[in-house]
Amino acid sequence: MRNTFKVLAVVSLVAFLMPLMSIGQGGGTLDVVKGRGKLICGVNNAVPGFGFVDQQGNFSGFDIDYCRAVAAAVLGDPNAVEFRPLSAAARFTALSTGEIDVLSRNTTWTFLRDVDLKTNFAPTTFYDGQGFMVRASSSINTLTDLNGATVCVLQGTTTEQNLADLARRLNITINPLVFPDSTTRDQAYDQGRCDALTTDASQLAAVRTTLSNPADHKILADLISKEPLGPVVRHGDDQWLDIVTWTVFCTIAAEELGVTSGNVGDQISSSSPEVRRLLGVEGDFGTKFGLANAWCVNVLKSTGNYGEIYARNLTPLQLPRDGSLNALYTNGGLLYSPPFR
Amino acid sequence: MQNREILPPPMLRIGPLRWLKDNLFSTRYNALLTFLAVVFLYLTLHPTLEWVLWHARWDAIPANLKLFLVGIYPMKDVWRVWVCVYWILLLLGLSGGLWGRLAREAALIVGSGAILLLLLPFSWMERLWILGAVLGLFGGLSIGWLLRERKSWRKDVIILWALSPLIVVLFLGGLPNNPLLSPVGTNQWGGLMLTFMLAIVGIASSFPLGVLLALGRQSSLPVIRWISILYIEVVRGVPLITVIFMTSIMLPLFLPAQVRVDQALRAMVAFALFTSAYIAENVRGGLQAVPRGQIEAAKAVGLSGMLTTFFIVLPQALRVVIPANVGQFISLFKDTALVFVASLLDLFGMAKSILANPDWLGRDREVLLFIAFVYWLFTYFLSRMSRRLEKALGVGER
Repeated sequence: MRNTFKVLAVVSLVAFLMPLMSIGQGGGTLDVVKGRGKLICGVNNAVPGFGFVDQQGNFSGFDIDYCRAVAAAVLGDPNAVEFRPLSAAARFTALSTGEIDVLSRNTTWTFLRDVDLKTNFAPTTFYDGQGFMVRASSSINTLTDLNGATVCVLQGTTTEQNLADLARRLNITINPLVFPDSTTRDQAYDQGRCDALTTDASQLAAVRTTLSNPADHKILADLISKEPLGPVVRHGDDQWLDIVTWTVFCTIAAEELGVTSGNVGDQISSSSPEVRRLLGVEGDFGTKFGLANAWCVNVLKSTGNYGEIYARNLTPLQLPRDGSLNALYTNGGLLYSPPFR
Repeated sequence: MQNREILPPPMLRIGPLRWLKDNLFSTRYNALLTFLAVVFLYLTLHPTLEWVLWHARWDAIPANLKLFLVGIYPMKDVWRVWVCVYWILLLLGLSGGLWGRLAREAALIVGSGAILLLLLPFSWMERLWILGAVLGLFGGLSIGWLLRERKSWRKDVIILWALSPLIVVLFLGGLPNNPLLSPVGTNQWGGLMLTFMLAIVGIASSFPLGVLLALGRQSSLPVIRWISILYIEVVRGVPLITVIFMTSIMLPLFLPAQVRVDQALRAMVAFALFTSAYIAENVRGGLQAVPRGQIEAAKAVGLSGMLTTFFIVLPQALRVVIPANVGQFISLFKDTALVFVASLLDLFGMAKSILANPDWLGRDREVLLFIAFVYWLFTYFLSRMSRRLEKALGVGER
């Protein structure tokens, strides 16, 4: 009897521990990812439009799609990703200790993060910034119209600081009404306790959809802070940085050239030399950084080009792209891919 | 004198009016307080209830029920979770039938809970699964009850319980290269299921560790005593969230680059290490409450130190500290919500993810109220079981 228990205990312990320890491989991030067979991507699990879990239990969102794009480029499979939801406090530590391969979690590119935290930022995928939402019927159309207005804002954030700075810079009076959490802030605005609500523009659109009558509100075009968001990797692995960087450029260049997830199959036989190089028909670009030549084709087949990623994740939030910084440079935005040659 | 039966004090039988007068309106001040309390309750409860019944949009809860329960566990593999649930319920039923008392009450409460679930608006498929679970539980209960005279069955059921962790890990985690039980990493375990796993593993491993630490702190061997004291004081001196942060994010700094330890396992270890220090102090309190005479009596009849500790001191000490330890376990159950630091999506983390889904924006109050209710259900179950255990063991009466 006693022996049965002992054997049982040992067997259970071994069986329990075996699958839990896995041995990876040394070398650069690319080799590690290829050896592991999946990409570990640090994400946010609670930002509308950018990172959340859909009803079927899949991670979904704009930042999530860039994880899938990198996985498609490197491994040829957009689902070969392990998503690691990270808090804002843990994200850089997780990146620097090697817990994750790439961080795609609405992270603002700043000097200190780039230099001091020893990270490298891939190109910006979303130009965000602090903005304002007001009632469509109000006479507030520009920042100076905010003179004398009461503004709902989150407590103790850079958002609150930026608001105070704005008032000083424009020499106007703004009465901040601070709230400890976003739900009460949004309700206060909805009930008319303040004239305007301020937070990042990407969030404003999400907030607007929760108001009792979304059509009665408008988002001002002026932004008062720069929040360029994009994927982040560790210092010291240039090959990996190149891969993430050019994966982003692949989605942008494809939109510039009119290649979509729908027509990528036909475009392979295109006569345009730019398209042929982008899709790896000419030039062996993929092998130059250790990937298959069809790396960009894999990205486009799985997530589509930038416009498709945007339309799928951010258009439902009524986040207009036209006229924003996130339009292609040909439409007055900032999105611009260096040439593939 | 000794043979005379001791009668309980006579029950007071009073009418409702008398009860009102005695309890609520006994003096002028009490009447005023009662009046104020009623006004306060009306002012707070009325809008709350009105909101809960009429204004709240509860549609996010049924639509995301799968996410709340098992998180991002693959949809096609959810049957494996059911297998584990069936296994546990069957064993619970069997134990309830064989042992009676505590196990039976637990089985009955869980069973009635499951029957109540049938009344909720689940799909027919889900109802069928739940019905199966109810039948399994009550089937186990009746088989156990029929076999209650055969003592050998108890041993077998204990072996089956001991096998449970293995079965749960096998079914939930799967095997490599197995088409039926394809591997599902713990990063895909989530929701209430993960909350349970963390709490159960945390409780089951922190308890023995805590008892050992308490004994170590009382030990006459200086090295063991110092190590125990150092461990307890250091762990109690840091917040739980930092322990989880250390194990989940910083661990790779201390390990060779090739070794990766499973994320959920790290969180479980963090909970066990943290809680064991508190359990140790609770148990130490119990150890000190055992009268010196008990140890001396044990020595006098010739028991060794080991036997004295395990058969005389510990049973009495552990009985005394049941309420304190259950309090610790309840707090552990709720603290599992901190695993969002460890990149795991437990019930709370799942709720936050659901709230970020553009389809369910602005349902914060409904969803948070719902998960608060779920937490309450299980912590109340725990504390009720503990009170039952105290009663059965006569804590506070002897």
